[in-house]
Amino acid sequence: MSASPANPAQELPAEGAELLEVRNIAKRFGAVDVLKNISLNIASGEFLTLLGESGSGKTTLLRLIAGFEQPSSGEIWMGGARLDVLPPYKRRVNTVFQNYALFPHLSARDNVAYGLRVKNTPGREINGRVEEALRMVKMLDFAANRPSKLSGGQQQRIALARALVNRPQLLLLDEPLSALDANLRKQMQSELKSLQREIGITFLFVTHDQEEAMALSDRIALLRDGALEQVASPREIYAHPATAYTAQFIGQTNLLRGEIRGSIATCGALRWPLEGTDGPAMFSLRPEAIRICTDGKRQTNEVKFRATVRQQFYGGSSELLEVDCGNGQTLRVRVPARGPLTGEHDFVFSMAEAIRVQE
Amino acid sequence: MSANSTSRRAPLLALYAVFVFAFIYSPIVVLVLYSFNRDGVGGFPPRHFTLNWYTQLFADSSIWDSVLNSLMVAAGSVALSLTLGLLAALALDRADFPGKALFRRLVLLPLILPGIITGLSLLMFAVFAGVQLRLLTVFWGHGTALISVATTELFAGLQKLDRAQEEASLDLGATPWQTFWRITLPNLKLSLIAAALLIFTLSMDEIAVTFFLIGRDNTLPLEIWARLRLGITPEINAISTLIFAVSVALIVIWYRLRARSLGDRSQEFLEQLGETS
Repeated sequence: MSASPANPAQELPAEGAELLEVRNIAKRFGAVDVLKNISLNIASGEFLTLLGESGSGKTTLLRLIAGFEQPSSGEIWMGGARLDVLPPYKRRVNTVFQNYALFPHLSARDNVAYGLRVKNTPGREINGRVEEALRMVKMLDFAANRPSKLSGGQQQRIALARALVNRPQLLLLDEPLSALDANLRKQMQSELKSLQREIGITFLFVTHDQEEAMALSDRIALLRDGALEQVASPREIYAHPATAYTAQFIGQTNLLRGEIRGSIATCGALRWPLEGTDGPAMFSLRPEAIRICTDGKRQTNEVKFRATVRQQFYGGSSELLEVDCGNGQTLRVRVPARGPLTGEHDFVFSMAEAIRVQE
Repeated sequence: MSANSTSRRAPLLALYAVFVFAFIYSPIVVLVLYSFNRDGVGGFPPRHFTLNWYTQLFADSSIWDSVLNSLMVAAGSVALSLTLGLLAALALDRADFPGKALFRRLVLLPLILPGIITGLSLLMFAVFAGVQLRLLTVFWGHGTALISVATTELFAGLQKLDRAQEEASLDLGATPWQTFWRITLPNLKLSLIAAALLIFTLSMDEIAVTFFLIGRDNTLPLEIWARLRLGITPEINAISTLIFAVSVALIVIWYRLRARSLGDRSQEFLEQLGETS
């Protein structure tokens, strides 16, 4: 979608420039702190995901940006101007709602045209842009249908077209794929991602599905109980979780509780040299960071331990082992599929893979 | 399924139901039959079919004047009570203000207030204000008394409305005013029609309030009542039969609309029930 030269206000900021700034936002409902002092920047053209469990405040933050709720304190800025003081209909922000919220008394085409009509766009321009938006989501053939005559996936596409036709600077998506079945969801994820690349609109996407967040996002903002736990790219947040919560929420992990004393980290049967002040420490060790050591030798930067295989879960290309290092210390190990495994084995992992995390 | 087992278990219940319905409806059946009886209200059982009473009725201009009066009052009451009722329902549904509970009770009070009280108080007010009694006062009485009916119906409609649609409208750049006209009202259409039909019917056969506020012109129920004092005539049976037919038609339409406006949601509700059980 190219910006219309007739309306220079619609020019998008340069890729990568800061588009939205959330400054110290707090939101209270009665006695409940739903959001606590949130600060977050979103760059133009970015695909940022707000990830969190239900009740973590992610939808509230989205509604604050859309203008359906007022912050208890803090400010929201977009493109150098205060956003939180504007009513929803004056914000250059559009939303794809969780249950789509399509207008049941209007056809798919009229749903898409709605935003342009209420802004008194000339009829010819409306037709062209609606056509373009419907083509973009591959819904031209269903344009005459009422929403009740469309499948969930088709309604989803119309909801997307209805928002995008307004050429928002920022598109908010509130768990838009949660109502779809697994296969359709995967397909829509891929279409959403390529659509976002194609049109270059900034996406702020809300989901509770960490896999979805990992697959789609440029960056993930993980919310926990109304506070930001970590904001980073999917690779960074997976490889270097800052907290035990992040490590467990995103992917599988082994949380090792132990201590550092005299530059040695000790977690049960596992010991390795580590610089750090003495005291208790916690580490996240991904199951796939551990491998079976067949020749009994370890590299200098590796930690070796002996453990008994207790359980084996076959997963096609890989299998997950539950191994016992003695004293009831259990670790999960992901290895390439290799057939049934029992008894004692040597395992190794790289010291650098044991990521120190906050409680 | 459950209906089957009930009827099998309680044959007496079916018999009892027949008696109750006979008790309620046989007077109406008699009324309708006698409107076609050549021998008028005397002579049972009716022996000779005739349409004479209807011919007489159609030639009776004072009856038709009263019908016209009733129609005007009813149409006006629908307009007045729907407008004010919609505003009250919107306030009850959306606004938060001190004294809201009291406001709700005051708006809904006329529903349970006896017509005599409403009529008498409006009459006293009219006398106090020096307003001459005529059709306009009747319209005013019906309209205000029926606001509560409109409010209840429209409030129920608003409660069923998906608020996310209004948010979506605002989100797409529509002002609250545009949203009201383009999204809220169209979604409320069935509730509005249902309320209008109900109010129209209630106004058409209202007597108590009308009796206090009427001037020289009679409404249809009052015209019938006035004639009854001179004895029951077959002509009255004929007009009553017509009123009955129109009322049944309106009620059927109202019921259908209501079922349709509830349709989508009750379907969803049933599906949810199916999933949980």
